Amino acid sequence: MRILLVEDDPVLADGVRAGLVLAGLTVDAVTTCADAHAALGICRFDAVVLDLMLPDGSGLDVLARLRARQDATPVLVLTALDETPDRIRGLDAGADDYLGKPFDLDELAARLRALARRGGGRASALMHHGPIAIDPATLAVSLEGSPVPVSRREFAVLSMLMERPGVIRSRGELEERLYGWQEEVESNTIEVYVHNLRAKLGRDLIETVRGIGYRLRVPA
Amino acid sequence: MISLRRRLFLILLAATGLIWLCAVAWISIGSRSELERVLDTRLQEAARMVHSLVMTGERMQGAPEMGPASILPSAAGGYERQLSCQIWSFDGRLLARSSGAPEAVLAGEREGFTDREVDGETWRVYTIVDPQKDVRVVVGDRIGLRDKLVRDLVAGLAAPALLAMPLLGLLIWWSLGRGLRPLNKAAEEIAAREGEDMRPVPPDGAPSEIQPLIGALNGLFAKVEAARAHERDVTAFAAHELRTPLAGLKTQAQVALAAGEAQVRENALRQIIVSVDRASRLVKQLLALARLDAGAAGAARETSIGALIRDIVAAVPHPPNVRTIIDPALGPLVRQLDPDTLSLVLRNLQENAVQNMTAGTIRWFAEGPDKLVIEDEGPGIPGEELGLVRQRFYRGRAVAGAGSGLGLAIADTAATRIGAHLDLANREDRAGLRAVVQLSP
Repeated sequence: MRILLVEDDPVLADGVRAGLVLAGLTVDAVTTCADAHAALGICRFDAVVLDLMLPDGSGLDVLARLRARQDATPVLVLTALDETPDRIRGLDAGADDYLGKPFDLDELAARLRALARRGGGRASALMHHGPIAIDPATLAVSLEGSPVPVSRREFAVLSMLMERPGVIRSRGELEERLYGWQEEVESNTIEVYVHNLRAKLGRDLIETVRGIGYRLRVPA
Repeated sequence: MISLRRRLFLILLAATGLIWLCAVAWISIGSRSELERVLDTRLQEAARMVHSLVMTGERMQGAPEMGPASILPSAAGGYERQLSCQIWSFDGRLLARSSGAPEAVLAGEREGFTDREVDGETWRVYTIVDPQKDVRVVVGDRIGLRDKLVRDLVAGLAAPALLAMPLLGLLIWWSLGRGLRPLNKAAEEIAAREGEDMRPVPPDGAPSEIQPLIGALNGLFAKVEAARAHERDVTAFAAHELRTPLAGLKTQAQVALAAGEAQVRENALRQIIVSVDRASRLVKQLLALARLDAGAAGAARETSIGALIRDIVAAVPHPPNVRTIIDPALGPLVRQLDPDTLSLVLRNLQENAVQNMTAGTIRWFAEGPDKLVIEDEGPGIPGEELGLVRQRFYRGRAVAGAGSGLGLAIADTAATRIGAHLDLANREDRAGLRAVVQLSP
């Protein structure tokens, strides 16, 4: 899951970023409304964590512009202004969730997973495909009930493919999901992750569509 | 304080009473003189009538006593025998008298009106002297009766007035109630308000006399509301500014606990230290602001400004490439003011300068006897933000998360507290901020 974090406090931004990465999310952090607009214009994020008091304006403006573009990206507002009227204003402005500072990092991660799940139109927290089940909360993968250890990146590739079984995901899409802007993308890494997943979960699980990308094989 | 209605009632009642009293006095004096004139004329006529009827003194000898009714028509209500008539001969014999007339002589020998006391009663007497008939006709009137007449007349006027007085009072009381109703309505409207309700009182419908009062009240409401809004803003900002470092602390602590890699954990712990430093500085600044807002400025005393600046510059930590030069001319500068408040001004200016520079020189110097100037070599403040940086928690767009946004606000408030003025401007010779503390002369 790729998250955009809009927060101007360097310590908090660093902490949230580190914490969400530990939870298996890919985080891009910006500090101003202007940067947030730019980022949202270029990339697709699974969710946005938005502070309201930013040096160049209010996070609510970012939210309003996002919704005015008919962009339904889930937004979690993260702010010290957490009196009930503030929450109501935020939610009515198009926010999907609200979390007051200080907050619990695990709760933030759980809420983001829930937002992404609802955004994907799924009801269950667990995702199933044939004999495989994955749990985004714990980054756990199981094959016919027995756990299979996977790395964070491998899990990210698998979960992206499992969100839409049978739909082709290009290498670029997968890379975008896996790496924040600040991270160096190594060549061939996607191939390596797919190779590892096939080794752990079975040869036929992931299908290579030559020249385009990968997809989960749907049993005929 | 006595109620307006009762006060007006008493004043109106007293004024009405006074006017009535004056009217009664006027009527009694006026009618008395008119009555005197009428009765005197009647007295004169009566005397002439009697005189025309009498025969000469000789022939009157042994004449029977005249009945009172023959002279005076009987009048009702105790006014009988008002007139008395005597006829005297020139040699001093009483020839005739009306019944009830005293036997003593009523008047002297002079013709015309006289007042005289006979048998303890005062008489008004008209005398006709007729040497041909050898008689003196004397007709007298009791003054006491005249007084009674006037008294009765006045009483006749005053009695209904006195009876009407309570009725009038009632009418005045009721009219006042009606007249003061808009006032009561306005008062009730204000009294019925919730304590939190600071909406202006609608001035329409209120009488023009209390319009200024309502205007003043609305002005006060607006001021209180503005002060409260300001307080709310400051509290909300303070909450935000404190909660953000707290959230940072908690998050970093959770990261440190959850991180497997030593480097991630170490970074988180370092961030925790930075965050604690910032939070404690923020708390210190908030306390300084709260003290300034409470208006608790210390006593003024002899303060060496040069020494104060030296102490502050020594106490504020400088990055390696930033240095501060203090003009030696500041050394002997001594003023009478509160050193703690002035030091708040100067320290926050110094901290602001240091914070906005990575390398360069900060200069403190004096311009004239009353101006302390500090110039730095930082980026300065964008022109459109110069007017805003003194607002509490205002942080420039360029400096994300660097300071608390309170330093210049504290410097400004503290300067005002000691009667000084803080001017901020960008340097003209190069990039940098120039702050001038204009001390009161």
